[in-house]
Amino acid sequence: MAEKAAARVEAARLVAAFRAAGAVEVEADILQPAEVLLDLYGEDIRARAYVTADPLRGEMMLRPDFTVPVVQMHMADGAEPARYCYAGEVFRKQERPSARRAEYVQVGYEVFERDNPVAADAEVFALFARLLAPLGLRAATGDIAILTAAVRGLRTLESRKAALLRHIWRPRRFTQLLDRFGGRAPVPPSRAALIKVLAQGARPAPAPHLGLRSAAEISARLAALAEDAAAAPISAEEVARLEDLLNLEAPGPAALAHLRDLARDMPAIVPAVDRMEARLDALARAGIDVGTLAFEASHGRTTLEYYDGFVFSFHSAEAGLPPVASGGRYDALTEVLGQGRSIPAVGGIIRPGLVADLGGLG
Amino acid sequence: MLKLGVPSKGRLMEQCFDWFGTRGVKLSRAGSDREYAGAVEGVDGLELVLLSAGEIPRELAAGRIHLGVTGSDLVREKLADWPSQVAELAPMGFGHADLIIAVPACWPDVDTLDDLDAAAAAFRRAHGFRLRIATKYHRLVREFLTQHGVADYQLVDSQGATEGTVKNLTAEAVADITSSGETLRANHLKILSDGLVHQSQATLYAARGADWGQDARVALAGLTERLGLTPCALS
Repeated sequence: MAEKAAARVEAARLVAAFRAAGAVEVEADILQPAEVLLDLYGEDIRARAYVTADPLRGEMMLRPDFTVPVVQMHMADGAEPARYCYAGEVFRKQERPSARRAEYVQVGYEVFERDNPVAADAEVFALFARLLAPLGLRAATGDIAILTAAVRGLRTLESRKAALLRHIWRPRRFTQLLDRFGGRAPVPPSRAALIKVLAQGARPAPAPHLGLRSAAEISARLAALAEDAAAAPISAEEVARLEDLLNLEAPGPAALAHLRDLARDMPAIVPAVDRMEARLDALARAGIDVGTLAFEASHGRTTLEYYDGFVFSFHSAEAGLPPVASGGRYDALTEVLGQGRSIPAVGGIIRPGLVADLGGLG
Repeated sequence: MLKLGVPSKGRLMEQCFDWFGTRGVKLSRAGSDREYAGAVEGVDGLELVLLSAGEIPRELAAGRIHLGVTGSDLVREKLADWPSQVAELAPMGFGHADLIIAVPACWPDVDTLDDLDAAAAAFRRAHGFRLRIATKYHRLVREFLTQHGVADYQLVDSQGATEGTVKNLTAEAVADITSSGETLRANHLKILSDGLVHQSQATLYAARGADWGQDARVALAGLTERLGLTPCALS
């Protein structure tokens, strides 16, 4: 296929550039144990990744991305700091006809660096921006850490904050929860009836105990429901500020000014906004025109849920195409896969097939 | 010849024959009732193909039959992006069954998907793995739960006796077909109040990928007129 050959040419060019930037080229198996990916991403990954059976190793997946195997490799025996690059096919099932391919090449660059995360963010973004400059793409950035800090700073129950944090990556559910915790959506009738029973000090009608979820776990959730019912709703002002934040879309400096403004009433986001400012400075020093760099607070909320800080993507003007490149910071993922160890990490991927479609970098 | 696939045995076959019969198209099994061949009277150019109900979606998708009768649950489960592969000609009003999500009746704190999501999060923290939902309807259940933003669950495959999986500690909840709810109650399970995934019934489908040459189109026009159905666009 001519398309694949063209993608390989672009991939080789990008790998050479990543190596020149100091990255070590690494490989990853195409067959990955399904268990690790399922545990990380949940059932959604089954709809996206090809699952196959190995007679001895059980359920395997054709790698849906390189990030997980590269992180595993680094956590097992990597020296610090480290820069890696790779190129190879990834596989994503398409359940509906679309322009998206089920099999395409990714080229990636990942930085594991403990001392200066902001500089590492800027390094990755600036490198991508420089390499992709001939294509005239539109870049967008965001910062998941500002969102999580805003949720953690809400004046409400820890259980509510935990529920909102879990669903940052499912915007519809997040909105439903916020509506309920803010008293804007009614309590479901069955919940209201249950709360009434609990308030009278009674236990709901008994049924024979069944299954692995223990009586203690059920009691704990009943107590949590009672606590939630007794707690005041999140104030309308706090909800409005959070929504204002989620909807923020502006060029870097204007976004920063707006966040500084919000931070006067949301002190919890100050450290994250400080990091964003430092990142903008680092990007400017790296030659990025931050004055026109788009910041979208909700950027990255509908991707796979491992980014937890700076996120970015590069898009062509052509509608319906996936991003030509995307990436972000995933500190928490290294902790999940590191079995007790963790290291700040940031990286991204470029799709050389799309680069070739857009005229290439040659 | 226009090929019509119909379930090859049991009540579903009889109800299907009745449905066509009351509309003037007499379908019957030819020869002995062990022989999977069919006969058609009352309309021209139609051939009856007797198939296992579970295989009819696949045969439709492959275009090996032009028309087929099967449960709407099976079409939605077995065919990715089903509207692009088959067209719904007529819901037939029998074979009703609901695909639902059920949890143990001893969970007073779980009545909605919202509760299930919260219970799943706590379960994962307590047990170190995701709450298991036993089902054979993987696509339908996954799409439904994704759409409703339920996380921290996993689907485990259960091809039969699904209601027993909770008692056997191989799942915490089930997603299964029910018509009366009797089996669920007998197994101490209750249906989530917003846990209706799909209301299924026997449905007459047309295969978009079949060979719709002149003969087949003429036969289809004759059949839809006979059955009193509105003609449908197949491409």
